[in-house]
Amino acid sequence: MAVAVGRPSNEELRNLSLSGHVGFDSLPDQLVNKSTSQGFCFNILCVGETGIGKSTLMDTLFNTKFESDPATHNEPGVRLKARSYELQESNVRLKLTIVDTVGFGDQINKDDSYKPIVEYIDAQFEAYLQEELKIKRSLFNYHDTRIHACLYFIAPTGHSLKSLDLVTMKKLDSKVNIIPIIAKADTIAKNELHKFKSKIMSELVSNGVQIYQFPTDEETVAEINATMSVHLPFAVVGSTEEVKIGNKMAKARQYPWGVVQVENENHCDFVKLREMLIRVNMEDLREQTHTRHYELYRRCKLEEMGFKDTDPDSKPFSLQETYEAKRNEFLGELQKKEEEMRQMFVMRVKEKEAELKEAEKELHEKFDLLKRTHQEEKKKVEDKKKELEEEVNNFQKKKAAAQLLQSQAQQSGAQQTKKDKDKKNSSIVRGSQSGMSFSISRLTIARASMDPLNCRSWLQAIQ
Amino acid sequence: MDPLRHSPSPSSSRASSPRTLSCERLGYVGIEAVLDQLKIKAMKMGFEFNIMVVGQSGLGKSTMVNTLFKSKIWKSTMPGLRVPMPQTLQLHSVTHVIEENGVKLKLTVTDTPGFGDQINNDKCWDPILGYINEQYERYLQEEILITRQRHIPDTRVHCCIYFVPPTGHCLRPLDLEFLQRLCRAVNVVPVIARADSLTIEEREAFRHRIQDDLKTHSIEVYPQKSFDEDVNDKILNSKIRERIPFAVVGADREHMVNGRCVLGRKTKWGIIEGHFPCLSWLGGCEQSHA
Repeated sequence: MAVAVGRPSNEELRNLSLSGHVGFDSLPDQLVNKSTSQGFCFNILCVGETGIGKSTLMDTLFNTKFESDPATHNEPGVRLKARSYELQESNVRLKLTIVDTVGFGDQINKDDSYKPIVEYIDAQFEAYLQEELKIKRSLFNYHDTRIHACLYFIAPTGHSLKSLDLVTMKKLDSKVNIIPIIAKADTIAKNELHKFKSKIMSELVSNGVQIYQFPTDEETVAEINATMSVHLPFAVVGSTEEVKIGNKMAKARQYPWGVVQVENENHCDFVKLREMLIRVNMEDLREQTHTRHYELYRRCKLEEMGFKDTDPDSKPFSLQETYEAKRNEFLGELQKKEEEMRQMFVMRVKEKEAELKEAEKELHEKFDLLKRTHQEEKKKVEDKKKELEEEVNNFQKKKAAAQLLQSQAQQSGAQQTKKDKDKKNSSIVRGSQSGMSFSISRLTIARASMDPLNCRSWLQAIQ
Repeated sequence: MDPLRHSPSPSSSRASSPRTLSCERLGYVGIEAVLDQLKIKAMKMGFEFNIMVVGQSGLGKSTMVNTLFKSKIWKSTMPGLRVPMPQTLQLHSVTHVIEENGVKLKLTVTDTPGFGDQINNDKCWDPILGYINEQYERYLQEEILITRQRHIPDTRVHCCIYFVPPTGHCLRPLDLEFLQRLCRAVNVVPVIARADSLTIEEREAFRHRIQDDLKTHSIEVYPQKSFDEDVNDKILNSKIRERIPFAVVGADREHMVNGRCVLGRKTKWGIIEGHFPCLSWLGGCEQSHA
């Protein structure tokens, strides 16, 4: 039986009218319920000099005491400290992460101040990309650590932006949503503030820094966003202490000359910041991070790795093919390296082997030499031994012969014993001497007996 | 009140996620406004929902779809008209945009005429599986592009409604084969078609037998047990699971009953009113698929 898959017919999007209530208008509610049960993630990065009021502002914004120790001014470099908190309001759970730049603006040489910040942001993107590229991934449960909003704290000099600020913001604008704010705004007078704000905005525009634009495409929020954007950068004052004003307690800063109320719109733009950041645009900030900044990072990263969407001939390239090609290339390289290593190994082994052989040969030679020497010595010793034995034998023979003669001589000399007694007595004295001479005479007798025709030797012997 | 404790996490690389702490709240911040923001965003973007209806011809698929969405999505085939039986299994898709109370839904219904109609129905599920996988493949290709679109058009089949003929006995081999293969790829919702041909007792018995069959062959229909996330989900889903497979009657004609205008089928012995479980759990299909 032949089965043919009929291609689905062209979809003409027709608007259909319903004749009754179906019920899918509850879909947004389902979506919202699902998100609520999962919880939300929001990550804020606070960039600003030490002591400019970052921690205080965070405390004020979220109405809690985040309890951090103020940083010293002695940091050798900029480092980022991230802290996560879980806040709950009615049924909404928010996983808030606040990242602080510790030591920003404290060093003498601030050339590299922006680098740790950029690295941190990239690291978070990288982590997300890794999770997305995994084979078995769980993006649903992934704790998103990408920075959704960057609050840039501008020092309230009243003049213009510092060059450090410009450089840092330029580096960050393509990676994160920047919201510039003027910190410690209670030190600027009202007229100065206006000039300061316009100066900052014009500087940002002229340097091409892309700060976060509040979205104005939806009717519900367009109006409020448009009015708020006029007040950028927001001049804020942060305070967690409460001061009695009228008959209420309000967050404020008490000075000898008056009280600056945080939530009073005439005093500072804190309320505007809170509206914009949390109540109106939190979701948009997250979406922008994902669809604009993250996609840009991902595109750059993948292109860097060599993946392309289209061939040089602009034929669509499938990622799969590129993967395969890369993989084969990589494997080929690995194989080549392996071959190289193997060859080097073999060569080394050969060399070593040759060396060892040489050494062995030398040893053998030495051994032979020694052996030969040993043999020679042995032979010499044996020869000497033989000689000695011969001499000993000779000596024994001569001794025996001498003894025989002596005994004969004794018999002939027995008759003259009396005469010889004295001689003997005197010879006893001279015994030792003559003992010696006797033995010598024995020898000479022996010699003489060997040489009987030699009269002289006999003479010697008789004496 | 919990004492405020904080655990400083190591700097410079990823913030450690599990060590979070709950803070004392001193006043209203406005975090819950994010829910409204979400809703606005969702309504602006609209929703997409793709259903596939599978079943033999004559079981009332088109009528059911029309009744479900209360509009003429398909022209239902009338009995008596000589409709040529398709020789091969085909897949027809129709897309409509329907709106209710500001919520836009792009609905795509895929029909499978010719399923199970031949004498030899071997491998008749292959084209369907092929279609489902093709949609997944398309989505994957879009997802792994370097320059992705902002919103990838989702044509993946979110839900497959399978019509079981009301034999009253048990699931047929064709049904079992199909369900086994498809329950791993897509959310399958089995439905007893033309349930007005069964009495209530027969219906209950049939339902129980089907449930037993499904359990024996370890076919996991929607809502799947493995996707139950928390206790509330479990309770809700087990209630639904008791009623699966739903016995439905499709009706797209209106009749007057006691002065009310209802959708129903008129027969010699009475009018059967169409009743449907609420669509809320269909939306859940879409989510669990994500």
